[in-house]
Amino acid sequence: MIYFDHNASTPVRPEVVEAMHAVLADVSANPSSLHREGQRARAAVERAREQVAALLHARPDDVVFTSGGTEGDHAGLIGAAWALEPQGRRIAFAALEHHAVHGAAEVLARSGFEIEHLPVLADGWVLPAALDALPADTTVVAVMLANNETGVLQPVAEIVRRARARGLRVLCDAVQAAGKIPADFEVLGADYLVVSGHKFGGPKGAGALIVRPGAPFEPLFRGSGHERGRRGGTENVPGIVGLGLAAELAAREQRAEAVRLLALRERFERGLRVVLPDLVVHGARAPRLPNTVNASFPGARSDHLLMALDARGIEVSAGAACASGAVEPSPVLASMGVPRELAVCALRFSMGRTTTEAEVDEVAAAVGEAVRAVRAASAGGGA
Amino acid sequence: MSDRLRVLVAMSGGVDSGVAAALLAEQGHEVTGVTLKLWCHGVAPAAPRACCTLESIEQARAVARRLGFPHFVVDAEEAFRAHVLQPFLDDYAAGRTPYPCALCNQHLKFGDLFARLDSLGADRLATGHYARLEPLADGTPALLRAADLAKDQSYALALTPRAALPRLLFPLGSLTKVEVREHGRRLGLALWDRPESQDLCFVPDGDYAGFIAQSQGGERGATPGPFEDSEGCRLGTHRGIIHYTVGQRRGLGLAAAEPLYVLALDAGRNAVVVGPRAALLAPGLVTARVHWLTSAPPADGTCAGVKIRYNHGGADATLHPCADGACAARFEQPQVAVTPGQLAVFYDGNRVLGGAAIERALPPRATDAAGAARATDAAPTAVT
Repeated sequence: MIYFDHNASTPVRPEVVEAMHAVLADVSANPSSLHREGQRARAAVERAREQVAALLHARPDDVVFTSGGTEGDHAGLIGAAWALEPQGRRIAFAALEHHAVHGAAEVLARSGFEIEHLPVLADGWVLPAALDALPADTTVVAVMLANNETGVLQPVAEIVRRARARGLRVLCDAVQAAGKIPADFEVLGADYLVVSGHKFGGPKGAGALIVRPGAPFEPLFRGSGHERGRRGGTENVPGIVGLGLAAELAAREQRAEAVRLLALRERFERGLRVVLPDLVVHGARAPRLPNTVNASFPGARSDHLLMALDARGIEVSAGAACASGAVEPSPVLASMGVPRELAVCALRFSMGRTTTEAEVDEVAAAVGEAVRAVRAASAGGGA
Repeated sequence: MSDRLRVLVAMSGGVDSGVAAALLAEQGHEVTGVTLKLWCHGVAPAAPRACCTLESIEQARAVARRLGFPHFVVDAEEAFRAHVLQPFLDDYAAGRTPYPCALCNQHLKFGDLFARLDSLGADRLATGHYARLEPLADGTPALLRAADLAKDQSYALALTPRAALPRLLFPLGSLTKVEVREHGRRLGLALWDRPESQDLCFVPDGDYAGFIAQSQGGERGATPGPFEDSEGCRLGTHRGIIHYTVGQRRGLGLAAAEPLYVLALDAGRNAVVVGPRAALLAPGLVTARVHWLTSAPPADGTCAGVKIRYNHGGADATLHPCADGACAARFEQPQVAVTPGQLAVFYDGNRVLGGAAIERALPPRATDAAGAARATDAAPTAVT
């Protein structure tokens, strides 16, 4: 099988597996325990905190370990909105934000918070000027650094600038960006930053929320003083150690890997255009992640393509799945104004550290074959 | 089977298709499960017996997980609406009683999904239907009744495109339902003792009239009109023809000396014709254009068995193919409630010769009335 779904999850680095294995086997104490073994566990956690902080150019003290992206988005958005409640009960973000942000907003909406949806341009990015028109009681804006489906990079710095001018706080979901492009907490200027380990070679179930010193924040998980009172719960020591090492490796290799992946992405898109000249790459004119291509193949529906590619040994993603597991037109593409008939023909290809030139060529050829076969079946009476 | 085949298995989420897929996987074939999403699961009532609810998709997926083969969901809502649901609504509004399962098999499973085999690199398409395929002398496959006649589903498969037969597999065709449930239990499939689905998957509560009114969002067939006897005398007021089917006795609300049955639905005049049970008997029927599973239509006067609804025991008849592709069948014994819209399926012994929707009953002859007392009761129900 050729795995072209690294945005969903990328393989855990072997070094990370080894480090986590050692921790699982040898470090059994609770990092909060005051004895010697507890101090060993604490040391492992704090070292990982430094590694994560280094990747994101943040201070170790600002790093709050979480269970991953969904928790980070919830803790950040809800934690900020609660803390800022005296100033207003309104938050803002665009439809193209990750499900986790929409989910956190639903939690807030249950207690009467209002949600403003920022407009999305056809190229796949949020319009920063829209911040100026937000109602006065808006307190927090969420914007992702890179979109998980299209890979389009969002104008975070510009959004932060406009937010500052109005006294708004900004949550930046960097889950898909961290480890692939620079995700610099200082340069971005956001108040809260969210990352997840399994997107850059770490384990699932370990992530981090970075909270700027002085940024209003109320913890979601309470009852104990873990993470300096910002996230209750005994630390997931093996996961955190894995996250930390993955962050260190990513920090070391990110620049060169981004160059390599960008060349692969360009090779892949060229290859696709040769076999399928009518393909539509979503967000093609926007700056994008170096590893992600989201393209529609008119006349070949993505649920059929997903199966046809699977039969050819290639694993890709087909937009969003509904509760039944059926593929649905992506809300991200819809927010960009992509017509439904094109949106239902979209596939997301995402490459990673293990991707090679030979794989890129093979996948491009197989997509050509699969699209032709699916189109033929559809023309012959297929749905 | 010694050759390892790549088999696509259409899985509804029920025990039958689950066991069919599992048996193929156990035999060493490379199985891919696929569930057609026919209906919007977001709002459909989650009836435990329905065969295309969200829960059913999860059941199919669970079988695939357990047996270790991949499973996909394919959205077929558009094709379902066009080929199954709309004809269903149109038929009811036209005073007919359709049999949508045959259309679903014909157009979705053995039409659209079959057309995808090549694009998926698959050799065969399998389903959990109870029916058999056996080669004739010339090597072409014939569609046969299942070994378990109580479970036989060949009636629902009669419209299967003939060209598809060589690439179909019915792994349950030689098994009894008891054996299939036993396999389900042995394989640890959670659904092995699930109740049988008895209603249309898209009308899980069996309220056809309510479903039709809601689906078409209009009044077609739902306008009250006259109950009439065979002479055209008005006997009362009906609730709209979609509420009735030929052979129906219950729910008419008519007082009469002898029980009254629905004899016919006249959509043009919005009338429901009722009469005594004897008047339900017909000496034969005429179909729409027949879908033959034989190389040519049978000769005029060929003797055959005819099933006129899913749970009909079958009747001996002679077939009289017409020049326009339709076929008349004359029964040896008159049959009760020949219902326009239901399928007439023709058999040579166990072999399915072909099938078609019933257009109309042949008019009764005076001598047929005596047969009424012998005939079995039978309002058509729509069951896969």
